[in-house]
Amino acid sequence: MTKGSTALRVSSGLSPLQRRQQRLGWLFLTPALLILAALGFYPLLRTIWLSFTDAELASSVAPRMVGAANYVRLMRDAEFHGAIQHTLAFTLISVSLEMICGFAVAMLLNARLPWRGVLRALVLVPWALPTVVSAKVWNYMFVDTYGVINDLLVTRLGLLSTKIAYLAEPGLALGAVIAVDVWKTTPFVALLLLGGLQLIPPQLNEAAAVDGASPLRRMWHITLPMLMPMVFVTLVFRTLDALRVFDLIWVLTRGQSATESLATYNYRQMVDFRLLGQGSAVSVVILLIVAVFVIAYVALFRPGRSAEGE
Amino acid sequence: MTHRKIFLLVILMATGLLFGCSNTASDEAASGRTVIRINIDPMARNLALTEDLARQFEKETSASIEIIRGPSDATERLAQYMNYVGAKSADIDIYQVDVIWPATLADHLIDLTEAFAPEKDEFFPAIVENNTIGGKLVCVPWFADAGVLYYRDDLLKKYDLPVPETYDDLTTIAAAVQEKVRAEGNADFWGYVWQGKAYEGLTCNALEWQKAEGGGTIVEHDGTVNVNNPAVSSALKRAAGWVGTISPPGVLTYQEDEARNLFQSGNAAFMRNWPYAWALGQSPESNIRGKFAMAPLPGGPGGRASALGGWQLGVSKYSKNPDLATKFVMLLTSAEAQKRRALEASMLPTRTGLYDDAELIEAMPFLPAMKAAFLNATPRPARQSGTRYNQLSSQYFRTVHRILSKQIEADEALKQLEESLPAIMGSGN
Amino acid sequence: MRRLLLHLAGVLVMIIAVFPLYWALNGSLLPSGTIFQSPARWLPIPPSLESYSRVMEARGFLQAAMNSIIVAAAATALSLAAGSLSACALARYRMRGGAAITWLILAMTMFPQITVVGALHAIITKLGLYNTLAGLIVSYQLLTLPFAVWVLTNYFRSVPREIEESAYVDGASPFTTFWRILLPLALPGLVTTGLLVFITSWNEYLFALSLTLTDAARTAPVAIANFAGDTAHEAPWGPIMAAAVLVTLPLVALVLFFQRRLVEGLTAGAVKS
Repeated sequence: MTKGSTALRVSSGLSPLQRRQQRLGWLFLTPALLILAALGFYPLLRTIWLSFTDAELASSVAPRMVGAANYVRLMRDAEFHGAIQHTLAFTLISVSLEMICGFAVAMLLNARLPWRGVLRALVLVPWALPTVVSAKVWNYMFVDTYGVINDLLVTRLGLLSTKIAYLAEPGLALGAVIAVDVWKTTPFVALLLLGGLQLIPPQLNEAAAVDGASPLRRMWHITLPMLMPMVFVTLVFRTLDALRVFDLIWVLTRGQSATESLATYNYRQMVDFRLLGQGSAVSVVILLIVAVFVIAYVALFRPGRSAEGE
Repeated sequence: MTHRKIFLLVILMATGLLFGCSNTASDEAASGRTVIRINIDPMARNLALTEDLARQFEKETSASIEIIRGPSDATERLAQYMNYVGAKSADIDIYQVDVIWPATLADHLIDLTEAFAPEKDEFFPAIVENNTIGGKLVCVPWFADAGVLYYRDDLLKKYDLPVPETYDDLTTIAAAVQEKVRAEGNADFWGYVWQGKAYEGLTCNALEWQKAEGGGTIVEHDGTVNVNNPAVSSALKRAAGWVGTISPPGVLTYQEDEARNLFQSGNAAFMRNWPYAWALGQSPESNIRGKFAMAPLPGGPGGRASALGGWQLGVSKYSKNPDLATKFVMLLTSAEAQKRRALEASMLPTRTGLYDDAELIEAMPFLPAMKAAFLNATPRPARQSGTRYNQLSSQYFRTVHRILSKQIEADEALKQLEESLPAIMGSGN
Repeated sequence: MRRLLLHLAGVLVMIIAVFPLYWALNGSLLPSGTIFQSPARWLPIPPSLESYSRVMEARGFLQAAMNSIIVAAAATALSLAAGSLSACALARYRMRGGAAITWLILAMTMFPQITVVGALHAIITKLGLYNTLAGLIVSYQLLTLPFAVWVLTNYFRSVPREIEESAYVDGASPFTTFWRILLPLALPGLVTTGLLVFITSWNEYLFALSLTLTDAARTAPVAIANFAGDTAHEAPWGPIMAAAVLVTLPLVALVLFFQRRLVEGLTAGAVKS
């Protein structure tokens, strides 16, 4: 908001141009706010309300208020605790890997390779494949007996001595799910960071190079700091998605073998078991966890200056 | 001001876009006929037959039948149905109901007892009972499914081994075949494949094991929970022993088709599956064409048990034309239509009489054996648990999956399961 | 040496990225009996087009693909239009309450989709948009608009202020400045955001399943999920893979077409002007 260096003006001190900008700004915001308010508010409020009721899906009985009973039940449910742990592990590991791989790929795409046009298009393939489909393809590649991963590692290359059931073993399954998520989402991160790299004026780097700064120093002192706003936005949206990971786990393991996530747990409660109230409470918990992450990012990455304004 | 104009233009374009391409479903076709919508599984051959029957129905009545293809995954289809009935939607008139859903959907389906009173006795009694909720026939059996054992006839003959009668036999015979085939050089060969992923299919498999062992049916007819007994424990321990020995470790991630693919590629001696695998295994591109046969699942102290599967048709309570919809359901489930469905789509009839039909037996030589299976089929405890069945089944298959993947010891897991089930059952309505 | 390493890295990244699609292509071209052989067949020789003809014959697939194009294109246009206006306000005009609005916009997208879908179904039905492409286009804003606003705000903020200020000095109105200066300068940002939004809309499944009824409004992911074998339990691998290849290739072509825009523009433009 208005706490940046230039904006110490009081409202009465606005210039005519700024007044016009304020009015126009609200006009500019109207379409987005209208759309989101029309679609978003009701589901948001309804979910919060439902989380305090015993509502059931497609039930003829009217929901009753039950206070915090749904939340109390969650706190006592070992499966829910498991889901929180798996989701946090999944989010921390996969988002970190995606940021690292995404940055590397973005640097690669930014390099002047003659065939980078083709590379840029093909690198996006994992993100472009519908998740419903790519999860099925991976499921089929992971099958222990006739899957191609074992075929490659065991039969063709001889790197492993026995065929492994990647999705059946509790220790491995979450790793496999994370691997697929990193594969799928790295292009998304890379594309956003590539956009960020494009915003850095080349003169800055050139000047530093003339001053004799090594490529590593330049990356650390020029590229990364300039990239931070984009890193922040990317982190926020990746974390948001990772904390709600559903399709991938649902297709690959159905949440079994120590891979249950908050969203699969949520789906089970809300759709499979029809416990709308209980499921809504899970959604609210997810919302709170997301909020904690976002606040932590703001504190970490944007001291005094976050995405919202200068 | 020009920027106002451009801005207005953008808004106008957006709204124009939104309403320009509106087209809402209407209950009246352009021809003025009454539209009946049926939401079914998109299986190709059955779809073609249903379309054919729909055209026939349109000739005889004033209806126009619209077939809506639902997702092929049953869980997703139920979720979609819940959305429709939750909104009391009149958009769908006829639903395709899994054998475990009648209690879940009963509140939203009309009572078909009267319409089917004359022919009710022609259907398998176990399925009719399964579809009768609170004294009302809420859906009509459409086609049936039951678990069966597939075995490699050629290999059993070659090694001079019998078809297993019990699960203990199966364990030793499968191990013997596996050892012999592997000794001949096929290291990828396995003895027994089944469905071990943590999903509804595992409930079917495990129910068969425990019932055959004499361990009951999870929830008995009178509503008592029956999972924590020595028979269930030994059945599950035996199954856990299969994983990694006669069954590939990945069997814990297999659904029906993963098992069939392995069996059909010629890399497994035995398979538990539904009858659908027969026609595919006998197709020209199959590796095991003419080399395999079908038998009832093995038994044990509790006799033989096959989980009852299959699909029913129910008419929505929110339908604007329930009578016409009921008529179409009657056509789809008629003996004549069922015979065509068996011949054209290899789907098993729900009317007992058709199992003695010579033409059908010629096309499906396993039919008489299936009749016995259906007469003794074991329904999953869906009626006993009402709207709580999914929760109960989920608790059950997740527990079984944890036992099979050796994350927890069987007796301890069953004790926990026994403690958790009454709360689930009691919370239903 | 360094260039060789870069080439190698490029090849490696490309192989990892594309392999599953290749495997789908391989599966879609193998005759149906041989997909699950062990050892696996790595090359579809001789290729069989059986799966593709089944996809083409499958009722509704072509229409679903067409619907997907309309929905994804319109949802992207709407997100970019509404998103860039908002982003301009948030990045450039020092709006009072701007921070609160940014976070509020983000909050709209924080629930799992499955939580929202029930209430959304009610809203869309009330608006008369159930089973329409328009209903999907609007609904997707819930997924894409917050993202577009956030990313575009970031892009707009990095456009140097001097250019804009010199425009004001020349007497341009704020809207002209937005339209003539800010948007062209942030073009790579618009392309990047548009591409990601397009792909999100193109691949969306749950809303598309829940908010449509008939083939008239169904999109490609729903059509793919609705592929079934001849009989129950059979997963028709060949056709599913073929459909996956068919819906992915247009996106690859789209990226190839736009990729040049992804990297030039802002900095180049800034230097030029």
